[in-house]
Parts: sequence; structure tokens; C-alpha cells
Amino acid sequence: MDTLNQLAHGFSVAFTPTNLLWCLLGTTLGTAIGVLPGLGPALTIALLLPITYQVAPEASFILFAGIYYGAMYGGSTTSILLNTPGESATIVTALEGNKMARSGRGGAALATSAIGSFVAGTIGTAGVAFLAPVVVGFALAFGPAEYFSLMVLAFIMVSAVLGSSSVRGLTSLFIGFFIGMIGVDLQTGQPRFTFGMSELLDGVDVIIAAVGLFAVGETLYVASRRYAGKDEIVPLKGSLYMTAAEWGRSWKAWIRGALIGFPIGSMPAGGAEIPTFLSYAIEKKLSKHKEEFGTTGAIEGVAGPEAANNASAAGVLVPMLTLGLPTSATAAIMLSAFQSYGINPGPLLLTTQSSLVWGLIASLFIANVILVILNLPLIGLWVRLLKIPAPQLYAGILVFATVGTYGISQSPIDLVILYLLGGVGFLMRRFDFPTAPVIIGMILGPMAETQFRRAMTISNGDWSVFYTHPLSLTLLSLAVIGLLAPRIYSSIERRRVRGPEHVPGDA
Amino acid sequence: MSTSDEQAAAPRPALPELLIGIGLLACAGAVLWQTLAIPVSPLYSKVGPTVFPYMTAVGLAVLAVLLVIAAVRGGWQPDDEKDTPSDWKSMGFVIAGLIANLALIKPLGFTAASVIMFVLVCYGFGSKKPLRDALIGIIPALAAYFGFAKALGVNIGAGFIENQLNSAIAIITNWFGA
Repeated sequence: MDTLNQLAHGFSVAFTPTNLLWCLLGTTLGTAIGVLPGLGPALTIALLLPITYQVAPEASFILFAGIYYGAMYGGSTTSILLNTPGESATIVTALEGNKMARSGRGGAALATSAIGSFVAGTIGTAGVAFLAPVVVGFALAFGPAEYFSLMVLAFIMVSAVLGSSSVRGLTSLFIGFFIGMIGVDLQTGQPRFTFGMSELLDGVDVIIAAVGLFAVGETLYVASRRYAGKDEIVPLKGSLYMTAAEWGRSWKAWIRGALIGFPIGSMPAGGAEIPTFLSYAIEKKLSKHKEEFGTTGAIEGVAGPEAANNASAAGVLVPMLTLGLPTSATAAIMLSAFQSYGINPGPLLLTTQSSLVWGLIASLFIANVILVILNLPLIGLWVRLLKIPAPQLYAGILVFATVGTYGISQSPIDLVILYLLGGVGFLMRRFDFPTAPVIIGMILGPMAETQFRRAMTISNGDWSVFYTHPLSLTLLSLAVIGLLAPRIYSSIERRRVRGPEHVPGDA
Repeated sequence: MSTSDEQAAAPRPALPELLIGIGLLACAGAVLWQTLAIPVSPLYSKVGPTVFPYMTAVGLAVLAVLLVIAAVRGGWQPDDEKDTPSDWKSMGFVIAGLIANLALIKPLGFTAASVIMFVLVCYGFGSKKPLRDALIGIIPALAAYFGFAKALGVNIGAGFIENQLNSAIAIITNWFGA
């Protein structure tokens, strides 16, 4: 019962008045940016990274974690009332949730998604607390070769297996590698990819990359798409309280969603798309009210995927805290916050920084309680945020984007890089390249390179370390299977079906 | 899920996607050129600073070729995305706002440059009341400036407006402090 003791210690860290205030601030801010289209947790945490120079690590991670969880809650409100999923994780919520809102049951949809997020978030956070020490036990056996192979597996999973196209996903990842390598090579002191500019010797700051891709790129994209259809806010009707029948239909879906979401989230693959779609498919199959799916909106179709989404968000913290392996853009930016404190996330984190880790986990439990209060009784407040007109919203986002970037070193060169990356982000958004792998590649790429060179130095330049170590070989084989299996499967499928029919999910 | 990129019913080569593929190929070339420019000390010849850059260059080149092939086979964009025309005028105003901000942030300070960008971006997004937008824009600009300068301790270029406000704040705090 060591975990429970550690957790009790974590609560003593999280329950200090200042840390509770950071948690409240984070959850409130997180909900707000989750509700607002065009702003996400990755962008917000990136803009707030300078806070790591000001406050203790506990405080900033409690703030960031609050933002991370809050954005999940806020995002579902937008999906239900506006039918514009802010993130890919809430696409499924919009399917049934918006239909429910249109048929006058928006209140029940919001309630089941908030309470379901609470239930699944709590299960997921408990999962982090109990699974993290177990994973650490395994990870201590990892050498540089195993770490490198694990990162290769994560790269393949994040960019090639999840998402709509492996070629475009990998392209994003490699662009991220390139951006991550700009600057002085830490092992030899050689400048790389600086194009002769001294400003690039320090590398491209992750703040600039995240803000360029997510804020500038997104604003340019939305501006260019003004001719596309506009979504109307569905006015909130009906009480926020669910009927007994709705509770009965929701609770099993929450539990199922959480049990699907957490394991998938905690694998070194991450991603909320697969668990949410999987939960949706299962709920649709098990429901006694199939006629409501896609017509008036079925409450199970909101409850399950919302729970899966929040549980997988919690799961993503397991590889990040135990292996230093971020599998989402937000986790990658949180990892760079660790680096900014000089802390290396990895198997030793739980012992060397135990009050930080357990304080963070405890604060996530508290964040869930705060969030369910913020998002049910105070829902009217957040709905009002949706009424901010698009011109002022996006103009405001750009103001914050420039202050965050210009503040790094007061150099107009940073703004030029920001705009260039914004242009790249626009093209990627326009031509359906995922942007998250860029951030992951940029943060994780240099770490993979370090492990690779360490492994090669130990083996005296012998490449065979990567396939003679059994664990490393297993991880690399899994990566190859992940890359090739869907292709082989779909070509067999196509031969059997012989039609122009699309493979399900091939958007 | 990850499957093929080719669409069954669109055999015509897609020009925009083709340009993206060729552009990426050029990027791969640039990465290779810059990698060749990295001086390598013989001490590190086994796993020097160029191994990963070479891998990245090769990876990008292979992916670029795959994208070009996909583009020649009709591209990967869904039809409704192709059918929506781009609003160049709207984008133009947003870009003008960004460039104005870049040009004016040194001479005018952060707040003034931000308000000008705010107005241009709002206009690009279809707002037809520039004066009102300028008044609204002061709020996020000042919130961002003071939020970052005071709370996060980030030093942002101060111009006329910030200096006036800073001295006003100093006067008020002195007043209450005395």
C-alpha cells in the first residue's frame, strides 16, 4: 500500500492554499480555452511556459494539469452546443451531443458529459496513481537502445497509425525532427541548420513552434475558409438535471468508456480518436435505443465517448511521467516544462521528485471535483463565452500569440520565425497534415537522438544493439507491425470485397 | 486509420498537392545541403552530429516522393475541401496585420502595434467597425502586456502607451502607499 501513502503525501502537497489556487486558476482557464474554438491546451500551456521561471515546479504543473483537464471539459460544451469540435477528441461527442441539443435535450447532454468526465477522469487518475509505479519497475531495466526503440514505436504510433494518413503523419513528424535539430548540437557543440544566423544557435523555442502552428496557422486557415458554412449556437434548453432513465442509460457507458480510454491512452501511442470512436461503436451496439442514434441524439453516445476521452487524457500522463515519453502535443509541451526546471522525466522521477509527481496526481483528483462544479452549475457563464464574435476572438488570439513570442527575447527575428511557422501551419491545416506530430517530433526527436548516440557509443558503433537486445527487438518489431499491418490488412480486405468501398474510419 | 491515399474516382493529377510534394522535396534537399555543411570532427566519426540529419533528409525525401505519387494519382483532399474557394482578401488583411505588428513593435511598443494588428485582423474577418475594434483591441493588448510583463516577469518592449501607464500606476501605488 505504498501507493496510498504516497498519494496521501501528494494530497498534503496539493491541499496547500496556494496550490489549490493554482488548481482553481488552471481549471477555470482550461475550461475557458476548451470552450473557445481556436484555442487549445497545447497552445495555452506553451504561452504560459515562462511561468516556469517564476514559481515552484509543483505550482506550475498543477496549473498545467488543471488546464489540460479543464480543456477536455470545456471542449465538450462547444461540441454539444456549436457542433464545432475544438479538438479531434471531441468529434464523437458532437455527433450525438449536438443532435440532443437540437432536440431540446442539451442540458442532459451537458450533464452526462460533465459527470461522465468526472467519473472517467477520477478512474483514470486513480489508474495513473496505481499504474505509474508498475511501469517504473519495467522501465528501470531500459538501456539507451531500449529507450530509442520505444521512442521509434511511439513515433510510428503517434504519426503513422493514428490519424488519417501515415505518409502525411510521418511527414509532420520529420518536419518536427528538423525543427528540433536546429541549433547547437549538445554533444559536439556543432551548430546545425542555423543557415548562418546566430539567432538560430539556441534552436527554435517550443513556444514559437506551438504558437505558430496552433495560433497563427489556425487563424490564417479560418480566415481563408470564411466561405464555408457557419455553425449556429443551439440555445440551451431543458434542465441540467438528468432523469432517472437518463442516469440509468449513462452510468454504464461512463464506466465502459473509462475502461476503454485509460488503457489506450496509457500505451506509448496515445491519441483520443481511437478510444472515443471505439466507445461510440460499442455504445451504439449495446444500446436499447438504437433509433435515437443519429436522429434525436442518444445519451449513451455522449456519455461513453466523453468518458473515454477523459480517461485516455489521464492515461497519457503514465508514459509521460514514468518514461518521459509524450504522446500528445500537450504532453510534449509539458515535458519541455520539466526540462526548463532541469528535471528529466523518466523512471527515476517518481523517487527523486516524489512530492512533485504525487502532488500533481492528487491535484488532478481535486481538479476533477472543481471541474464538475465549474461545468454544471456555472455552465451559463461558459455558454456566454461562445458568443464572442469570430473577428475579435481570432484577433485577440493573435495579440496573445505575439506577446508570448516577442516576450521570449524581444527579437523581431522570433516574430519572423513565428510567421514562417504560421505559414507552414496554414499549409498543413489546408492540406490535411496533422500538426501534433510536429511538436512531438521537435521535443522527442532530440531525445531519441541522444539515446541513439548513447547506445551507439556504448556498443562502440555497432548497429546490432538495436536488434540483439530482446526488449529492443520486440519494440522495433511492434513499430514495424504498426506501420505495415494496416496496409496489408486493407489490401487483403480490398481483394476480398472488391469494390470502391472505403475502409471504415478512412476519412 | 492509415490506409492508402489514392481515391478511386479521381484520376486527374491534383496541382496544389503536387506543389506541396515538390516543395517538400526541395525542403529535403535543403536539409541535405545544410547537413553537408556541418563540420564533423574525426573524433566523433562513428555517431557524429550528422547521422540524424542524414536520416531526416532521407526520410523527408522518401515521404515527398510518396506525396508526389499520391498527388499525381488525384491528390488526397476531400471534394468539399477542394470546392470551398479560399478567401484571399480575408487572409490578406490578416497577413497585413501580422506584418504591421512586426514592423511597428519596435518603434511604437507592444500595445500600439497590437491594436493596429487587432483592427486589421478584425477587418479581415469581416468586422466593419474599425474604430470600435480599436477600442476593444486595447483590452486584450493591455491584458496581454500586463499579464506577461507583471505576472510572468517577461520583459516586453514598452512604448509610449506602456510608459504612460507604468508611471500612472507608480503614482497611484505611491499615493496609496504613503
